[in-house]
Amino acid sequence: MQRFILSKKKQIMLISGISIVVAFISKLGFKNEVLAVWSLAVASIMGVAPIAIQAYQALKVKVVSIDLLVTIAVTGAFLIKNLEESAIVTFLFLFGAFLEQRTLNKTRSAIKELTEMAPESALKQMENGEFVEVKIDEVAVGDVLLVKTGAKVPVDGSVLSGEGYINEASITGESLSVGKEKGANVYAGTILENGTLQIVADRVGEDTTFGRIIELVEEAQDSKSKAERFIDRFAKYYTPAVLVLAFIVWIFSQNIELAITILVLGCPGALVIGVPVSNVAGIGNGARHGVLLKGSEVVDDFSKVDTIIFDKTGTLTMGKPKVTEEEFYAEDVEEILAYLASVEKESDHPLAAAVVEYIGETKLYPVEKTLVIKGAGVVAQVNGRRVAVGNVALMERENVLLDEKARAGIARFEANGNSLVLAAIDSELKVLLGIRDQIRPGVKEDLQRLKKLGVKNLVVLSGDNQGTVDLVARELRLTEAHGDMLPKEKAAYVEELIAQGHTVAFVGDGVNDSPSLARAQIGIAMGGGTDVAIETSDVVLMNSDFRRLPHALGLAKATAGNMRQNILIAVGVVLALLASLIFSEWMNMSIGMLVHEASILAVILNGMRLLQYKLRH
Amino acid sequence: MKKATIQLETLSCPSCAQKIENAVKALNGVERESVKVLFNASKVKFDFDEEKVSVADAEKAIAALGFEVKGSQVKN
Repeated sequence: MQRFILSKKKQIMLISGISIVVAFISKLGFKNEVLAVWSLAVASIMGVAPIAIQAYQALKVKVVSIDLLVTIAVTGAFLIKNLEESAIVTFLFLFGAFLEQRTLNKTRSAIKELTEMAPESALKQMENGEFVEVKIDEVAVGDVLLVKTGAKVPVDGSVLSGEGYINEASITGESLSVGKEKGANVYAGTILENGTLQIVADRVGEDTTFGRIIELVEEAQDSKSKAERFIDRFAKYYTPAVLVLAFIVWIFSQNIELAITILVLGCPGALVIGVPVSNVAGIGNGARHGVLLKGSEVVDDFSKVDTIIFDKTGTLTMGKPKVTEEEFYAEDVEEILAYLASVEKESDHPLAAAVVEYIGETKLYPVEKTLVIKGAGVVAQVNGRRVAVGNVALMERENVLLDEKARAGIARFEANGNSLVLAAIDSELKVLLGIRDQIRPGVKEDLQRLKKLGVKNLVVLSGDNQGTVDLVARELRLTEAHGDMLPKEKAAYVEELIAQGHTVAFVGDGVNDSPSLARAQIGIAMGGGTDVAIETSDVVLMNSDFRRLPHALGLAKATAGNMRQNILIAVGVVLALLASLIFSEWMNMSIGMLVHEASILAVILNGMRLLQYKLRH
Repeated sequence: MKKATIQLETLSCPSCAQKIENAVKALNGVERESVKVLFNASKVKFDFDEEKVSVADAEKAIAALGFEVKGSQVKN
């Protein structure tokens, strides 16, 4: 019976609304008082039933809820035969709850879009070798699955055979599709745009990257800030306090009308819902734009940030060194490059990789003997000739003569922030290469945007030498630059700034810089959707996309501001209502309920604005 | 100890969340501190001792409050 009534809330609301209209028409239009009274009584009794049931259920688990306040108020109004009030208040309360649910669903739409992208079924290879469609729960690690064009990848796994292009926007936020072939990793929730793949499942369900992102966002949306926990505690005692206050007023004034009006006016509605609504909409917006904000505490801290510290390699720069300058000291360029490539192909040094990429397709000679000299380079026998590839120290060791032109080149390349690779064949210098890590495109503009958003200090910390770091800092117009720093020193530097009273965010790749990420008030990981980054930081920029950082900060500020507005609306409304009860004649239960429901809708609509938030350039 | 996640109908009032939390906490065998009601995701998460209580018991307790249970998951 109880459940039946609750499930028919919407119908009850409609009938109660119609009864009220009938009552007013019969009273004002036909002067039929009797029908009016009966209609209002029907509206009141029907309307209060679901509210009373909810109040009773809450009491059973020791919660004094708003429903209880309203039930008592309506019953009181009914008993003193103020049927207009009792009918209108119940209707407004039901109608308000209905609208709240509709609009709340809107604020949650961003996360809902995300969860709906979760795969539901998969084509699994059975023992007879055929593929059969099964529910996603029936897929286990190690199963072989078939993914067809247009289908979602059901699990995290690797490609066994076939090739195709996958849109990984759900994981990385990047809308360009990525080519996949045998051995490549694929992720649950991404979409195969063309081709056919057979994959083997490595992680399934909640363990997939996608599953974890959803879990993280869900937890974040419901995590509570200090202010919110305070409001919750407050509301827990506030509601019973209103009940007690109304009771005391009734005892002393013997005025039931006044007592029940206080019950309605005191409802804490907008206060309890205002902050969660801002939170869910703000974090939802982030999730849609590849920014994971881990909870409202993070949003709050991040909105106050005044200092952002960046790791250099992999954050401000691409983390992929490239040959940017070259100088030859002999004519036979192609021959030199062939020898150089032959030696560098053998090495796994990051600079060697840059050199090989720069040379590209070339003739290769067999390498006979290789000797790695630590901190200097490589010496090898190639095609009967002695080839030395390395830094200036290696050249000196090999007794290679560096003439004036070479020395000038070395000085110039270094001044431009390059690392140097020199190559000598049979103790004769042939070529000088300058290799530099590229600054990420657009970083400069993004940093300016951060400044505009009110960040005062932009600092770069790096393990590279001070000269290189200074160069990056000058080009990007950073406020401070410190080189030659070990991870431990970086973390100490973060602590020092915090001790000076700054609110510090640290942006790193989430792997090397975990001490600093943990120390800073806000750890921001440039994660390509990797587990470590997702676990250890407070904010994750998906797909390592630096462009998302200004959006993240702007969003955090907008969300924090939105919460403050909502608290202001809620507290303001309760104060205004109580004041007008004391100082004015016109205040009554129905108006009080109307204003309350309106204020609840106002905070929800205000929160919804965050879904549309975009950083203005 | 096992971990349960129960998916509910869309929750729309924060006090509903508190009701559900108290109801689940009251069950014998449920780890009190672990009970978490995700208001926005409309989910309940908790740890429980499978010898004392089952997920079905928790679902029943929630249903008795008038909330529809959409599904549940148990993990070790």
